[in-house]
Amino acid sequence: MADEHIVKALAADVRYDGRKKLEYRDVKVEYGVSKSAEGSARVSIGETVVMAGVKMELTTPYADRPNEGNIMVNAELLPLSSPRYEPGPPGEKATEIARVVDRGIRESKAIDTTKLCIAPGEKAWGVLIDVVSINDAGNLQDAAALAAIAALKNARLPQLSEHGQIDYDATKTDKPLPLEREPVEVTVYKIGEHYFIDPLCTEEDSADARLTIAVTEKDTICALQKGGVGPLTVEDIDHMIGIAQKHSKQLRKAL
Amino acid sequence: MKDEILMENKSIVVPGEVLAKGMSFLPGPGTYRRDDVIVAKKVGLATVDGKVIKLIALNGTYLPRVKDKIIARVIDVLMTGWRVDINCPYSAVLTMKDATNEFIPRGADLTKYYDLGDHMLCQVVNVTSQNLVDVSMKGPGLRKLKGGRFIKVSPYKVPRVIGKDGSMVSMIKKATGCDIIVGQNGVIWINGDPKAEVVAVKAIKKIDKEAHLSGLTDRIAKWLEEAK
Repeated sequence: MADEHIVKALAADVRYDGRKKLEYRDVKVEYGVSKSAEGSARVSIGETVVMAGVKMELTTPYADRPNEGNIMVNAELLPLSSPRYEPGPPGEKATEIARVVDRGIRESKAIDTTKLCIAPGEKAWGVLIDVVSINDAGNLQDAAALAAIAALKNARLPQLSEHGQIDYDATKTDKPLPLEREPVEVTVYKIGEHYFIDPLCTEEDSADARLTIAVTEKDTICALQKGGVGPLTVEDIDHMIGIAQKHSKQLRKAL
Repeated sequence: MKDEILMENKSIVVPGEVLAKGMSFLPGPGTYRRDDVIVAKKVGLATVDGKVIKLIALNGTYLPRVKDKIIARVIDVLMTGWRVDINCPYSAVLTMKDATNEFIPRGADLTKYYDLGDHMLCQVVNVTSQNLVDVSMKGPGLRKLKGGRFIKVSPYKVPRVIGKDGSMVSMIKKATGCDIIVGQNGVIWINGDPKAEVVAVKAIKKIDKEAHLSGLTDRIAKWLEEAK
């Protein structure tokens, strides 16, 4: 449902809030916003605000990967953040955000999961990443991925008691997570022949297609997710990846 | 027990605040009587007008009143008309009879006239005690709004956006060259050059934010001059 008025504005390279097509709003990252989490961050891109928290737990490694810990990402879209979201089980959008954030972190091998192992086949760290939307003014995906990686950077392992249980009451150790890479995600949108990043809600609604691209600091692509009803040609995708590699720096600056 | 007023005239009050005591005072708009006291219903400016205690709310949602010209959006196509969103807790109905001067034949496809998501400038013709709202397209200037974009401001700030005899809105129109229509329900339609639209939107947001401060017109005029 492409809105002709938006297309007209994009043709003049003027967005609804006065930005250019390939320009992020102000990106801000705050670390350590939650006391009870092992790591947390609040990310705001313009008026969009997302919080992420990291919780560590002790788990048994999976049978086929006895010397690796595991990662889990969950996303929740709070009803307070937009009139579109209702309480209840996660919907399509929340599931997609969680899975794409997970894919970026997992496939970039951002966390060295072998270092999360405590006793092979018996005990390993499980990293739980929770992402919640505080306000949706468009582009939750990029904000969620940035918040997740910021929370991981902020995380410190909790102390273990003599019996090998987690002691949440004790102060955390100063050991960070084994972070190898820092992937950030850039979602490139397409309306007609125009490409743009960091959409507002109205722009999200009228976009033909979108491509979320996870990029590491060395510009390596580690995850993709295509959305929207419009098709993308090979040239489209090449072009969008180029945009993502170039403009991921705008996000990375805030980390 | 002595009847007395328990607040300062023209002071800001909060819901539940007791404004006056005794049966010799009457509850005006925005207030109600509980036992023998008059209590505020909203956050706002309380004034004493003779025996009547009035309260002008500072903010809130739009509540439809007959003859208001508002901007509505089609949310459903019914058997005999359209259901429209009017930026209010209650939706309104536009009947076939009130929709157009054309004759609509029996069984016609109503989406030919107004489709889902279409916006129009219409007028409230009836509000029942149960908050069923009827709107009409019959009247001068009432029309479908094609193109352009829509922004929302607080319905309580709409008089400031319009200004005295439309002075504020015409100033923005003149400075930016955009077409602007302000609905009483706080929905504003803007259509013009993309760059000029951004300036118009920023000006309107500024009015919405600074509506309570004095010298608003001069400040906006100066701001528009700088923004050029």
